[in-house]
Amino acid sequence: MKSTLDHATLAEEFNKDEERVDWHDGALWWIRQKRDRSAHQTPQWEELREAASAIKSNVISNLHDYLIQFEENLKKNGVQVYWASDAEEHNQIVYSILKAKEIKQMVKSKSMLTEECHLNEFLEDRGIEVINSDLGEYIQQIDNEPPSHIVLPCIHKRKEEIGELFHEHLGTEKGLSDPTLLTRVARKHLRNVFLTRRAALTGVNFAVAETGEYVVCTNEGNADMGAHLSEVQIASMGLEKIIPERKHLGVFLRLLARSAIGQPITIYSSHYKKPRPGQEMHLILVDKGRSNLLARPDFRDSLKCIKCGGCMNTCPVYRKSGGLSYHNTISGPIGAILAPNLDMKQHADLPFASTLCGSCSNVCPVKIPIHDQLYKWRQEIVKQGYSASRKTFSMKAMALTLSSPEIYKTAGKTGRWLLNNAPFAINNKFNPWYKQRDMPDSSQQSFGEWYAKNGSKK
Amino acid sequence: MKIGLFIPCYVNQLYPNAAIATLELLQKFGADVTYPSKQTCCGQPMANSGYEHLTQSCNDLFVENFSGFDYIVAPSASCVLHVKDHLHSHADEAAATEIRGKIYELVEFLTDVLKIEKLEAHFPHKVGIHQSCHGLRGLHLAQMSELIAPDFSKPRHLLNMVSGLELTELDRVDECCGFGGLFCIAEEAVSVKMGKDRITDHTKHGAEYITSPDLSCLMHLEGILQRNKSKVKIIHIAEILNSSSIKA
Repeated sequence: MKSTLDHATLAEEFNKDEERVDWHDGALWWIRQKRDRSAHQTPQWEELREAASAIKSNVISNLHDYLIQFEENLKKNGVQVYWASDAEEHNQIVYSILKAKEIKQMVKSKSMLTEECHLNEFLEDRGIEVINSDLGEYIQQIDNEPPSHIVLPCIHKRKEEIGELFHEHLGTEKGLSDPTLLTRVARKHLRNVFLTRRAALTGVNFAVAETGEYVVCTNEGNADMGAHLSEVQIASMGLEKIIPERKHLGVFLRLLARSAIGQPITIYSSHYKKPRPGQEMHLILVDKGRSNLLARPDFRDSLKCIKCGGCMNTCPVYRKSGGLSYHNTISGPIGAILAPNLDMKQHADLPFASTLCGSCSNVCPVKIPIHDQLYKWRQEIVKQGYSASRKTFSMKAMALTLSSPEIYKTAGKTGRWLLNNAPFAINNKFNPWYKQRDMPDSSQQSFGEWYAKNGSKK
Repeated sequence: MKIGLFIPCYVNQLYPNAAIATLELLQKFGADVTYPSKQTCCGQPMANSGYEHLTQSCNDLFVENFSGFDYIVAPSASCVLHVKDHLHSHADEAAATEIRGKIYELVEFLTDVLKIEKLEAHFPHKVGIHQSCHGLRGLHLAQMSELIAPDFSKPRHLLNMVSGLELTELDRVDECCGFGGLFCIAEEAVSVKMGKDRITDHTKHGAEYITSPDLSCLMHLEGILQRNKSKVKIIHIAEILNSSSIKA
């Protein structure tokens, strides 16, 4: 499933079907517009963003204390707590919980963290079947493809393609693509899954240190259905999901769904606190690079992310290249600043998959300066030697040219002369600019030359 | 008022008319403008590619060229933003700091410093404004569509003073054009698609010209327009504001 191709190559592939790009771009832009409308209808929207950012600053500055407080309260509530430093440890913990109860089937509601940890593959290798119960995740799972968006996992698929998948895997009538009918079919299949699974795993949107409860936000109620019917309930959360007090939900719940899809609030904001009689509750706190990120002052603000996906919907590069081009579980602008912290070499291309337009930072509900971090990751990646030597060579040549007024004048003249007298040297297939764009007109003298002749007369 | 005119490298080489218009416009308002002849570039192409550490000699040269002016003005939002955010000097940090505070993009200089309320310009065409992202989200030349805040636009304010000019609308008022410096080469497919979509937005609203405070965006859009034999032209905002001489 891991791709070795870079974002530019995968994006070029995506762009071969322009009509599809237009459809994808339009679908996400429509969501961005919904976000704008609902933000406009919310009094003090910008103050809410500021408050959310400040609360999260407090959290990441005092993470240790909040985590200990959260753990204590979880235990008081009768929840079993585990700490996992990486994906392997996390997966082992889940496996051992299931093994102790001899459970062979589990239902999962959308959790990006377990996607990042490749939990499904890990458990399947050990004979445990996992079904993703969020509809979009379910569709991606039966297609054996990772999610392309953290909130809208199959946003890149058209309803006809989903109909085709359902025909193949769930035996629906060929050609059926009506979303309502397809959803009914999926619901019927999933209903049976919920009724028969003894274990349910959910992600966590907000973990309240003060009370030891955690909140899961969904629109489909699938997290609740799984959790309420299970005898073993497991929650996996990244360390950064902490909020200090329950009252802070009043800030975050107002921002989350509006930023994500322009909806005032998710249909379900479910609070989980104590196991029912006869039920077990387990919560796994996962580091997986978070404490490393905390140790990088330039990048630690990315731990504020509440995974709304707003930056993806607004990003023109994301909209026109598709989430799968980012070859990472978390795609788009936020993925491009989180991924290099985990593996700088493998994700060295992602911070460059941006024009640094800054729209992401403006929609971010917790005010992460995403585009500034993209710029800083570029510096870091080059410093660590993950940039192509060809690029380094041309950058050094450019630096030399631009630091000498004389060489610069000659180079400028030569460039313009070439364009005029030997355009084939520049207008060819080796020049990516020229592939779909003409070169600028270079028939005139430079301003510097003009000024030398005419400037003093002015 | 002594102004140092900063003409970014690619404007100097490829768009001399925009530079001349900038100079003439500033002079019309009585400014004493000098073009330091040893200037080259702000260093942004290297820095945005991750090579900010190679820009020191560029920075030193910039400080050498532009120290001692009351203001530094340039017809390029992106380059101005880069200088504001990243100009530093080992030799003379005080001078670098001063420059970072004194450098203005042309539109903001005309609006905020010279406080222009009247222009003798005539440009009888339908014109669409392309908000450069660095001008918009970096220098705040206009209100950004993502934020909930009162509307304003410095380029629109100036263009409204031009007689005969009709501003055209856009569906997406401040979407990026896809130039993005070396992004336009490294991510050619996405870059061109973004540019094409911006152009379509302008043409479907009847624009004859696309203008901007940033020529880098316009250079990219021009390349696509010309390849597709479009009649729509690009023009730097300084050329429109200085267009009295071509009165119809």
